[in-house]
Amino acid sequence: MLIKRPPRIASSEITPEPIYRARRQFMRQSVALGTAAIAAGAVGGAQAKPSFVAKADVASPPWLRDKIAGAAADTSEINDTLTPYEHVTSYNNFYEFGYNKDDPAKHSGSLKPHPWQVEISGEAEKTGTFDLEDILSKVELQERVYRLRCVEAWSMVIPWIGFELGSLLKQFNPTSRAKYVAFTTLKDTKQMPAQGSAFGTIDWPYVEGLRMDEAMHPLTLLAVGLYGKALPNQNGAPLRLVVPWKYGFKSIKSIVKIEFTEEQPPTSWNISAPNEYGFYANVNPKVDHPRWSQATERRLPSGLFSPNIIDTQMFNGYDEVASLYRGMDLKKYF
Amino acid sequence: MRAVTWRRLAIFTLSLVPFIWIVYLTITQQLGADPAKTIVLFTGEWTIYFLFITLAVSPLVKFAKWRWLIVHRRMLGLFALFYALCHVAAYLTFILGLDFARFFSELVKRPYITAGMPAVLILIALGVTSTKGMMRRLGSNWTKLHRLVYVALLLGWVHVLWQVRSSYFEAVLYGAITALLLGVRLYGYWQKRQKRRLKAASATPK
Repeated sequence: MLIKRPPRIASSEITPEPIYRARRQFMRQSVALGTAAIAAGAVGGAQAKPSFVAKADVASPPWLRDKIAGAAADTSEINDTLTPYEHVTSYNNFYEFGYNKDDPAKHSGSLKPHPWQVEISGEAEKTGTFDLEDILSKVELQERVYRLRCVEAWSMVIPWIGFELGSLLKQFNPTSRAKYVAFTTLKDTKQMPAQGSAFGTIDWPYVEGLRMDEAMHPLTLLAVGLYGKALPNQNGAPLRLVVPWKYGFKSIKSIVKIEFTEEQPPTSWNISAPNEYGFYANVNPKVDHPRWSQATERRLPSGLFSPNIIDTQMFNGYDEVASLYRGMDLKKYF
Repeated sequence: MRAVTWRRLAIFTLSLVPFIWIVYLTITQQLGADPAKTIVLFTGEWTIYFLFITLAVSPLVKFAKWRWLIVHRRMLGLFALFYALCHVAAYLTFILGLDFARFFSELVKRPYITAGMPAVLILIALGVTSTKGMMRRLGSNWTKLHRLVYVALLLGWVHVLWQVRSSYFEAVLYGAITALLLGVRLYGYWQKRQKRRLKAASATPK
């Protein structure tokens, strides 16, 4: 009699992980595309739709919801497994709402992201204060799946909805004196209660900055959504920066001001601990944080008995930005 | 059952509640995106809490006259050791994936781990010598040895302080409690010395 014994090795061990992940993703995308096609047929010809859409309901004005729903899908080859929506939106740092990873999700209800205005100032021909709706009416939204590497040595993979920062900056005709771009987060203890804490190590408001060429790089994104929905408050609603080759703290949230400057602008973590956090903050496995190694990272969600530890890549794997730093000593300019 | 037995049972059960709680959250998958870090933080915090509780016993006996409490001090101290061992085990298994080579490189690279490790070793030594037989065998050295718990607490506080990134709240709170618990003892020591000096002064006639 022939008795079939179950294979002792799980098929996941035979098939290399990237391949079966990619296969699953292909299937998922096919389903998403299928649904998109049906939906497009139903409404009669809306072309674009993001590939990864969460079921969650994020409160946002209809104009923004519609614009995000029509964002062009990320069609590039994605080799990473996406971090599930519930983890992206419940585990992060946003110290304006508290110091634990679950505080932003718990305490950001007091933030009012609509209506929202952004002040554009400094070395540019056109400056002033603009409604978010006006700003977004002049740009095309697209979906971008990016790895996000936190300086604390954990990482996620997130499908953002946003537009290239450069496409916005160009509209204000920056002058030849504009060498840097400085960003400021909202400061309002009523909306961001932890800004009132007496024990914080950061002077509010949170400020960040980029060199002009970094700001104009096509990878640099201003995001208004994730997983096909508007940004939840805890993730930096309504407008945040995403610079995928730099540590997460560079990606400033809930932006109220963008300024073109001639001098390198101050940045919050650099002020707080200059020996630990540099202005550039490029992801670099060879330059350790003084208190921990940056050689590896834990990709979240990470299981308990098989921690998902992977090697950290130079520039977080975005080699196309290497030319921006040619000739620079990245140990010195960390 | 005698009252002391009841108390012992009650304290034992209560001390296990945090452990049962974290196991429950783990099994029901309520620990979020980074369960490893949550477990390591949780067990580390409870180690410090139990050190505080254990070191609060003798001031409570002395000042609040809670004499019944002193017999339970050993169990409370052993629970500090228990949570410290859980903390180290969770770090080794869930964060490092039992990669011992990495453990040693981290031990050297991360000063807060360098500070925390001797604290755990002290707690192990105190746990091993906490039996009646060991007390007898060590005699007066036992008290001297067990004063190392103050060093363990200070190291534990440094371990927290050196991890401060965004907020000093916990470091300040733990520092204040540590200062209070050690201050009470310094005060007692100073009082004793004063008394001895007064006695000596009155004993020598002029």
